Amino acid sequence: MITLENVTKTFGKQSAVNGVSLEIASGEIFGLVGPDGAGKTTTIRMLCGLLSPTSGNLSVLGAANPEAIKHHLGYVPQRFSLYGDLTVMENIRFIGSLYGQTTDKINALAANVLNFTNLLPFKDRYADNLSGGMKQKLALAAGLMHKPTLFFLDEPTTGVDPVSRREFWQMLYQLNKEGTSIFVSTPYMDEAELCTRVAFMNEGRIISSGSPQELRRSYKYQVFELSTPDRNLKARLKSSGLRDINAFGEKYHLVTDSSPTAITTVKAALAAANISITDLNEISPNLEDVFVALASEVN
Amino acid sequence: MIRLKALLIKEFIQMRRDRLTFVMMIGFPIIQLLVFGFAINTDVKHLPTIVFDQSLSQDSRDFIASLTASQYFDITDASTSYQDVTDHIQSGKTKVGIIIPPDLSANLKHGQSAAIQVIVDASDSMAASSAISAAQMVGQLKSQEIILNRLQGYTGKTFALPVDVRIRPWYNPDFVSAFYMVPGILGIILTMTMVMITSMAIVRERERGTLEQLIVTPLKTHELILGKIIPYVFVGYAQATVALLVGILVFDLPIRGSLGLLYGLTSLFIIASLALGVLISTLSKTQMQAMQMSFFIFLPSILLSGFMFPREAMPLFFNWLGNLLPLTFYLQILRGIILKGVGLSVLWTQILALVVFIAIVLTISIKKFQKKLA
Repeated sequence: MITLENVTKTFGKQSAVNGVSLEIASGEIFGLVGPDGAGKTTTIRMLCGLLSPTSGNLSVLGAANPEAIKHHLGYVPQRFSLYGDLTVMENIRFIGSLYGQTTDKINALAANVLNFTNLLPFKDRYADNLSGGMKQKLALAAGLMHKPTLFFLDEPTTGVDPVSRREFWQMLYQLNKEGTSIFVSTPYMDEAELCTRVAFMNEGRIISSGSPQELRRSYKYQVFELSTPDRNLKARLKSSGLRDINAFGEKYHLVTDSSPTAITTVKAALAAANISITDLNEISPNLEDVFVALASEVN
Repeated sequence: MIRLKALLIKEFIQMRRDRLTFVMMIGFPIIQLLVFGFAINTDVKHLPTIVFDQSLSQDSRDFIASLTASQYFDITDASTSYQDVTDHIQSGKTKVGIIIPPDLSANLKHGQSAAIQVIVDASDSMAASSAISAAQMVGQLKSQEIILNRLQGYTGKTFALPVDVRIRPWYNPDFVSAFYMVPGILGIILTMTMVMITSMAIVRERERGTLEQLIVTPLKTHELILGKIIPYVFVGYAQATVALLVGILVFDLPIRGSLGLLYGLTSLFIIASLALGVLISTLSKTQMQAMQMSFFIFLPSILLSGFMFPREAMPLFFNWLGNLLPLTFYLQILRGIILKGVGLSVLWTQILALVVFIAIVLTISIKKFQKKLA
C-alpha cells in the first residue's frame, strides 16, 4: 500500500531523510518510531504529498502523484492545523466539505464522528479553547469526515495527558478494526508496542523494522533491571564491562553481552562501594532497549 | 463548487469574528478621506510674505494691494532692510520676500522699466511655483494696465489687447482640490486595504500551519485563490461605497458620468488589487515579508500613478513603470467618470489594461503557488 524506495529529502545541505526504503501493507497500524529530529515528520509529509522527495521513489495507495489519492488520505499534523477561531462543528463541516461532501452527508457524518471522538458536548466551542488532547481528537475527527482508507498521524499524542493518550489509541484501534490502515509516528516506545509493525528511525535512516515481537527477538544482548537508591551508577560502573546503562525512571537497565561474569562484577563493584541493591533481575528487553542498542550499533 | 463554497463560508465566518479588522476596513476610508480631503490642497495660496518697500509711494502701495488681492500672498511683515528679508526667508517665517526699489515712482513716471524683486523660498517647490506664477501674473497685468493707460493718454483712443488669452478650466473650473483628491484617495485606500489583506491571507494560513491541512485535502489551487479573493470583493465594494458617500455628502463631489459604470469598473480594480495581493502572498514565506512587499507596491502606487504628481512630467521610463500599476488606470477611470462624465467609448483602453493585468497576475499566482509546504 505504501512503498518507499531509497527516498532522500534534503533541505539545503541538511539531509532530513536519507535513503529510506519501506514497504507497508494495508490493514496495519504502522509505527514510525524515533527521537525528535529523526526525520519522521519529513517522511510523513512526503507520503501525504506536502513535500516532494529530493530523490528516490514513493507510491501511496498505488499512486506516485499524491493529488490523485487525496480523497483517500487522512492526515493529522503534529501541530494543530485547524482554525482556532472556528468552532469544533464549523471546523468539521469545513474540512468535510473540502472533500466534496454534501450538507446532508456532512450532518450525518459529523454526529457520528463527534460521538466517536467524545467531542459532541464541545461542538460549539472554539477550537482555540480546547485542551491539547481535545484538539488532537478534533483533528482526528476532521480527518475522518471523508472515511479515508489510509490515515497518517504525526506524533498525535505528544503533549497529551496519559488518559487522553489511551483513549486516542483506543480510537485508532477501533478505526483499524473497521478497515482503516494507520501510519503513526511517535517518539514514545510504549506507543510503539501498540503498533502491529514498527520502523525505528534515527538521523534520517531506518535502522530496523518489524513487529514489536520480531524486534525484541532480534535483540542480541541481555538486560538486567537494577533497583538501587544510588543515583551515580553510570560513573561507578564504568569499568565493569557492561555494554550500556540506561536509566528508566527509578530503575536502571544494564545491558551485557554475556551475563554471568558481568553481573558478578557489577555486584562486586556495588558491594565495594557499599551500595545496597534493592533488586537485580534479568528481564526481557523492551522496545526502548532494542532501539538504543540499534542506534548505538549504527553509530 | 462545494469546496469553493466551503472556503467562502469559512472566510466570512472568520471575517465576522475579527470585528476590529472589519471595523478598521470600513472606518479607515472615512477617516482618511476626511483628513486628506480637507488637508491636501495643491493650489498653494496665502503664502506668508515680507515686504521691503523703499519707495513708500502710491505706486508701491498699488502694487502690494494687487498682490494681496490675488490671495496668493499674505503680507505678514514689513521690513526696513534687505538683511531683514533674508533673515525672514532663511528662518522660514515667510516664504516670499518682495523688494520694491526707492526709484519706483520716478521710473514709472519717466517711462522707464521699474524692477521689483520677488524672492521665493524654492526649497518647497510647490509653494514656490505658485508664488512665481502669481507674482508674474500680477506684474504683467500691472504692466498692461500702465501701457494701455499711456497709449490712451497719447492718442485719446481706447485700445483692446492684441492677443486675448481666455482660459477655460473644464471639469473643475474652481480648482476644488477635493474633486481631484477624493477619487485619488478612494483609489489609494482600495489599493492599500485590498493588497494588504490578501497579501496576508495565504501566508497567514502558511504561518499558522493551517495550510498544511488544506494541502492534504483535494482542494485545488485556483479554488484556494478564488476563495481568498471573492470575500474581499465585498469588502472592497463596501469601502468604495463609503468613500463615495463621504465624497458626495462632505465634499460635494459631482458624479457626472454613470454611477453604474463606475461601480462596474471598480470591480475590475478591486480584483486586480486582490490578485496582486495574492501574488505577494504566494511569493512570501512570512506575514512580515508580505507586509514589506505590499509597501513596495504602495509607494510607487502613490507616486507614479498620477495620484499626486502629474505623469506627464515623468521621464519616459517612469511613466512606463506607472503603467504596470492598476491604480494608474483606475485613477483615469475614476476621474474620467466622476469629473469628466465620460463612458466606455473613452475608457476602454484602461479597462483592457486592467483585464490584462488581472489575467497575467492570477495566472502567475496559480502557477507559482505550489501545493507543497517547502
